[in-house]
Amino acid sequence: MIATLCKIAKFVTLVSLPAASAFASSPTNIFDSAASPARSIFSLSMLVLSVTLVIFLVVGGLLLYAMVRFRHRSHDSEHEPAQIYGSNQIELSWTVIPILIVVMLFLSTTRVILETEAAPKPSNSVDVKVIGHQFWWEYRYPKLGIVTANELHIPISDPKNPTPTYLEMSSADTDHSFWVPRLAGKTDLIPNRINTMWIDPPAPGLYLGQCAQYCGAQHAKMLLRVYAQSPEDFAAWVKQQQQPAQADLPGNALAEEGRTVFLHSACINCHTVSGTAATGRFGPDLTHLASRDTIASGPVQNTPQNLRQWIADPNVLKPGSLMPSMHLNDRELDAITAYLDTLH
Amino acid sequence: MATVTQGMGAIGQTDQTPPATQPPRQSVIHEWLTTVDHKKIGIMYIVYALLFLVVGGFQALLMRIQLAIPDNHFVSPQIFNRLFTMHGTTMVFFVGVPILFGFGNYLIPLMIGARDMAFPRLNAFSFWLSAFGGLLLYFSYFAGSGLYGAGSAPDVGWFAYAPLTAKVFSPGHSTDYWTLSVLMSGIGTTATAINIVATVLCMRCKGMTLTRMPLLVWLYLVSSCMIFVAVSPLSAAQIMLCIDRYLGAHFFDTQAGGSAVLWMHFFWIFGHPEVYILILPAFAFMNEIIPVFSRKAIFGYPAMVAASVGIGFVSLSVWAHHMFTVGMGPVGNTFFVFATMVVSVPTGIKMFNWLATIWGGKVVYKVPMMFAAGFLFQFLIAGLTGIMLSAAPFDWQLSASYFVVAHFHYVLVGGILFSLFAAFYYWYPKMTGRMLSEKLGKWHFWLFLIGFHVTFDLMHVPGLLGMPRRIYTYEAGRGWEIWNLLVGVGALIQTVGTLIFVYNLIHSYFRGKEAGPDPWDAWTLEWFTSSPPPAYNFAIEPTVGSRRPLWDLKHPEDPDSSYE
Repeated sequence: MIATLCKIAKFVTLVSLPAASAFASSPTNIFDSAASPARSIFSLSMLVLSVTLVIFLVVGGLLLYAMVRFRHRSHDSEHEPAQIYGSNQIELSWTVIPILIVVMLFLSTTRVILETEAAPKPSNSVDVKVIGHQFWWEYRYPKLGIVTANELHIPISDPKNPTPTYLEMSSADTDHSFWVPRLAGKTDLIPNRINTMWIDPPAPGLYLGQCAQYCGAQHAKMLLRVYAQSPEDFAAWVKQQQQPAQADLPGNALAEEGRTVFLHSACINCHTVSGTAATGRFGPDLTHLASRDTIASGPVQNTPQNLRQWIADPNVLKPGSLMPSMHLNDRELDAITAYLDTLH
Repeated sequence: MATVTQGMGAIGQTDQTPPATQPPRQSVIHEWLTTVDHKKIGIMYIVYALLFLVVGGFQALLMRIQLAIPDNHFVSPQIFNRLFTMHGTTMVFFVGVPILFGFGNYLIPLMIGARDMAFPRLNAFSFWLSAFGGLLLYFSYFAGSGLYGAGSAPDVGWFAYAPLTAKVFSPGHSTDYWTLSVLMSGIGTTATAINIVATVLCMRCKGMTLTRMPLLVWLYLVSSCMIFVAVSPLSAAQIMLCIDRYLGAHFFDTQAGGSAVLWMHFFWIFGHPEVYILILPAFAFMNEIIPVFSRKAIFGYPAMVAASVGIGFVSLSVWAHHMFTVGMGPVGNTFFVFATMVVSVPTGIKMFNWLATIWGGKVVYKVPMMFAAGFLFQFLIAGLTGIMLSAAPFDWQLSASYFVVAHFHYVLVGGILFSLFAAFYYWYPKMTGRMLSEKLGKWHFWLFLIGFHVTFDLMHVPGLLGMPRRIYTYEAGRGWEIWNLLVGVGALIQTVGTLIFVYNLIHSYFRGKEAGPDPWDAWTLEWFTSSPPPAYNFAIEPTVGSRRPLWDLKHPEDPDSSYE
């Protein structure tokens, strides 16, 4: 019956909203679920929406009827209407019926809570440590020896042989929240505390989201990108990420020069490029920066022009970013950009 | 109705005897600054809150302009963050609480047949604490700046989650202004709550037993008791935060092992009851206005009292539904789901009793009743979206999104502000002796109603499409653009409606129709004295024999006292 209700509610939602197209085109629609946690929330939400819709129609309808039907009319007699002070039977009925509805909703809610939060963790899950920073995401794969930032890569999970990804989350500074609506509800990243959540999209694709807990000046541009990949693609990505940065840069004098500038400036205090002297951990790991689609935690495409602009002054693209401008000259900017572009 | 009022010419006139000796004439300013009269303090609360309402509304408008189109550069992220922090703090602490206290201060002694509050001087003290609290908050714009570009006004959000408030993330003094102003207004709030409880328990006139008290008074009593429980943890947390920031404690300082979640618990055990502290007075206005304009006694008075007390108790155990995403685990989540859902039962009882009050009546659609009608529908919807949010997994998607923003604005604007507008149109004649213009009132109502629905109905949608709250801008292509643009248009319509209201308040003060003591043919004691009432309220202490003393007076052939 619940499934039927869900179908009806889904149909009504889709048909009645003139702006259904906005829903269809949004990459972050919570009803367009693409993984089990989001899907169980979706079925619960359809049940809750149907129940509340019925309550709205009944109570709202009665209210509207009473307000129109019992309005004062100009030809009414001047006598006051009959004074009625109450009725215990009626009071009892509109206490008991809501209690029954509450119990029903409570039980269905509890089921979904347990389904999501108390699900047993399979042994072949992929483990990722997610660390929130002002205003970017750090991802560490302890079993795989990978450290990356801002673009999370996970394998798809075949429902017959599930390989869910478990995220173990904490924060390096203020509170953040991990929210990719098509995959799961949000989970907060809180310093001094470890929260876990899991996702298991069966289909490959790019799933978008963003930080959902106010974390400071650039809360708005702390975007999330989750790349779900086929097992083969994921394995290839893992292999590539496990390589250290290229040691020699034959035939690329500008990049060589850029590396020198990079390794002799304050960049290395905050950034890591594995295999070099740069081992800072305050900012994102740059070992494979050039393999990412975006910079600045999502809002900017990773093109040489944007990268150069970002290095020159991050505050132009992302005001409030904690990365300072190093006041490099044009030559140095070109060189560093050329160097970073070699970090595949 | 007309025939009924004609017979009532005696009301009010008996109480207009001038005091025996005229006090020496003083300047008007001196009189208002030093007054301990509950009516003057009430009006000062209201005027002060209205000024802040305009400021907070203006901040909202600036935010809507910024969000109307994607990638907008109207304000910087730093300014936007200050705007939403100041908007939230202002609206909750310096509009919501004072304006409701203003009405309470004005009405409670009149409704229970008393000459003033129990502690008039404490009353004045509370008002001035709240008033200076608000000024302190805004003084941060001038004095809050710190080194290294630290911001002027607070920018930590109105619930100021730790550790964003720690010295390292929030340098300068803006957070201190926030802490101290909230602390100061909290002390004022607690003192007023003490005053209200003492007044209600000790100052009732002859014959007014607790079971004959107007429901408005009952609701203020419950709301004030909740303040004792809810405001204390907030004040404690603010003091702890000050100690963290200046004396090196580590309650909330996570870098030194403190707990960010501890702050959330402290804040929300205040924050959620606070919502009920604000909505109960809104219910209180409805309990007076709906019966009078339906021309019927309130349906189920004992059930209404029980439901109010029930809401008071249950709402103290629901706070962590603001924290479903912090990882409390299945047991904690389940408990707070249950508590939150249960609170809908007494709330539903109230809704049904209002419905039953209207049923069989002769509803007169004057402006107060129009706002009351808006309240009933909007509060119904707000309650239903509340049920959606109480289902924890659904909340994992919706919390901290624009859906939540839309939900609580539905409560605060669609519920509380609509009931406040109703209260203004209903009691303004009592406070000033003049009626507010019905014509302007209808313009105000329709414009505000349309603006409200354009803004807050549509605001639910971007939340469902994944838009988090508190972002100063967003990129195109998420399906959020059209909704945000329309929400902005609605905000403009609401602004026009509010301006008409403000104009009406001022215009009618000088040009409004004379009200007389009892313009609505109502039944509670405040209408038993002249408009505005004299300083001492009643020349002779009234004696009541039922819940509707003026009904008994107007209908000696069929008095309430024979049914109760």
